Amino acid sequence: MSTSSRPLLEVRNLRVEFNTRRGTLTAIDDVSFEIAPGEVLGLVGESGAGKSITGTAIIGLLEPPGRVAGGEIHLDGQRIDTLPAEQMRRIRGRQIGAIFQDPLTSLNPLYTIGRQITETIQTHLPMNARQARERAVALLKEVGIPAAERRIDHYPHQFSGGMRQRVVIALALCANPRLIIADEPTTALDVSIQAQIIQLLKKLCRDHGTAVMLVTHDMGVIAETADRVAVMYAGRLAEIGPVQEVIHHPKHPYSVGLMGSIPAIGQEVERLPQIEGSMPRLDAIPRGCAYNPRCPDVFERCRTQRPNLMPAGATRAACWLHARDGEASPGNRAEDSAHA
Amino acid sequence: MIAFVIRRLLQGVLVMLVVGFIAFSLFNFVGDPVSLMLPPEATQADRQAMRENLGLDRPFYVQFATFIGNAVQGNFGISLRLGRPVSALLVERMPATLELAFVAASLALLVGIPLGVYTGLNRNAWLSRFFLAASLIGVSLPTFLIGIFLILIFAVWLGWLPSFGRGDTMMVGGWSTGFLSTSGLRALILPSITLGLFQLTLIMRLVRSEMLEVLRTDYIKFARARGLTNRAVNFGHALKNTLVPVITITGLQLGAIIAFAIITETVFQWPGMGLLFIQAVQFADIPVMAAYLCLIGFIFVVINLVVDMLYYFVDPRLRIDGTAAGGH
Ligand SMILES: Nc1ncnc2c1ncn2[C@@H]1O[C@H](COP(=O)(O)OP(=O)(O)OP(=O)(O)O)[C@@H](O)[C@H]1O
Ligand code: SF4
Ligand SMILES: [Mg+2]
Repeated sequence: MSTSSRPLLEVRNLRVEFNTRRGTLTAIDDVSFEIAPGEVLGLVGESGAGKSITGTAIIGLLEPPGRVAGGEIHLDGQRIDTLPAEQMRRIRGRQIGAIFQDPLTSLNPLYTIGRQITETIQTHLPMNARQARERAVALLKEVGIPAAERRIDHYPHQFSGGMRQRVVIALALCANPRLIIADEPTTALDVSIQAQIIQLLKKLCRDHGTAVMLVTHDMGVIAETADRVAVMYAGRLAEIGPVQEVIHHPKHPYSVGLMGSIPAIGQEVERLPQIEGSMPRLDAIPRGCAYNPRCPDVFERCRTQRPNLMPAGATRAACWLHARDGEASPGNRAEDSAHA
Repeated sequence: MIAFVIRRLLQGVLVMLVVGFIAFSLFNFVGDPVSLMLPPEATQADRQAMRENLGLDRPFYVQFATFIGNAVQGNFGISLRLGRPVSALLVERMPATLELAFVAASLALLVGIPLGVYTGLNRNAWLSRFFLAASLIGVSLPTFLIGIFLILIFAVWLGWLPSFGRGDTMMVGGWSTGFLSTSGLRALILPSITLGLFQLTLIMRLVRSEMLEVLRTDYIKFARARGLTNRAVNFGHALKNTLVPVITITGLQLGAIIAFAIITETVFQWPGMGLLFIQAVQFADIPVMAAYLCLIGFIFVVINLVVDMLYYFVDPRLRIDGTAAGGH
């Protein structure tokens, strides 16, 4: 990655709002992060934290009443959140691929997988039907579909769930995008094949130099796959940093709670461990730090002032414990870990 | 596929037997055919002779078998009112009804599907709301009222179009067609609008709701995420998935169009089978009524069969047995 000075994806102060009858809900609130070329960024957080909405906003497919209400999204230096619809369409699939949770419903049941793949290839690459088909067969082989030459003419219902997710991965990769947004790509699959699919995704992206934004609940997958992790809470980033740091030395009390009982790598079904209480609804996010009602370390400042991401040891966390602006923070836990 | 067709054919035969039985029952329950056919001054001996002649003295199931046997050969006896073979009468009238039904159904499909797609894709557009509101009228107004309004406006007030009849027809290989003359085409306009309007609004609303449903599915989201053009997503992926229910309903409606042509044909004095049937009812012309009943039943059965076969072509999940080959 010679161009590592410039991030592939840059999300700056992203804000997504839903205009509802009962007022405006802020689903994503001032979220900023970067993904370097070829890097895997894991995105974790409780259900409803805004992980899927973040991905959807990046590929420009928010549906009304949802809308990007603030911030900027840059892909390879080009601002993409304000692009006209037609230009954004050309970026989807070509520059940014997407993989959704459920392979059973991601494919159109009425067309062969071959037709769906060649259609996508020909949308983005200057290829004739024969070349597109050859590329499709090669892709299917690459994602591990046996007898690809024959299977290419089969319909989605003729494949098992795991095989279908492989087809979906082939579809996401078929125009060689530079970034893949994978939103819980294995959650709907049988536990026994989840690891295989993740391995496949990891290998393919490494081979192609594709960066990945991997949304998952599975901390084991994160530990094994991601280079960095971002922890989301109530539409905000709580912490972001190198994967080993966030997992083994989390700095935000919410991350500490999440990582509290990480099972050993390779162990199956690592759901996020439960933390006391529940995430606030979007219309009832508390003032100050959104985590303050559940935080064991809460102190006065947390209830009035909102913390932004600030350096905390080797990671960055949105927590007043790590403030260095002189304002007192109790216990000075931040100091301990910052110099650890 | 073949087993499927055979099963459907057998079901069709069963349905036709039931319809045939109902038609057959007309002869026995709607008055006594003998007294209908003989002059009032006929003697008891005449009656007995007629009875034997018609086979009415034989057991019920033999009569029914005879009726079915004749019906299969297209022999429904002689019209009491017109004194001519019923089959000849129906064949004569059939082109008028089928041409009217064809135009009405084409109108319903060619206008209904695009309107449904438009209103489905542009859910909140002003024009969509207008079409939806207008379609409510189409659904709720009775056919004869629509016909009468159209006649009033376009025939009586504006004098643009004829209010009754088929116009000039030409014989093409035993088929009298109104498609080849200007007056024939003009005569088709009002009746086919009248007949097709209900189906048009029905198809439009159906396509719209199916479209809305399909647009919410994951595979449409995924198709957009792959960067396919709106055109490919909306028409290639979404529209095709709405077709299965549309084919079903359209098929059933085509049968209904032919059957309900009775009302339109009456309003416009359209010389088709429906008008023949209405006149037959007034005269208790049972052979014509029975034959019409069987014919309509037959048309429904055939249409259903065709619809089922169309599924096969649209939906691969029915075509191939769903054994997911290949492990993980
Ligand atoms: N159409 C909508 N109208 C209002 N709020 C919405 C809408 N769609 C999503 N939201 C809200 O946005 C928030 C974020 O949703 P999102 O789907 O991104 O969560 P997530 O982190 O992906 O959760 P999960 O792990 O369950 O997939 C949720 O609180 C949800 O209620
Ligand atoms: S800012 Fe305060 S409430 Fe929020 S996580 Fe840090 S300590 Fe807890
Ligand atoms: Mg989600």
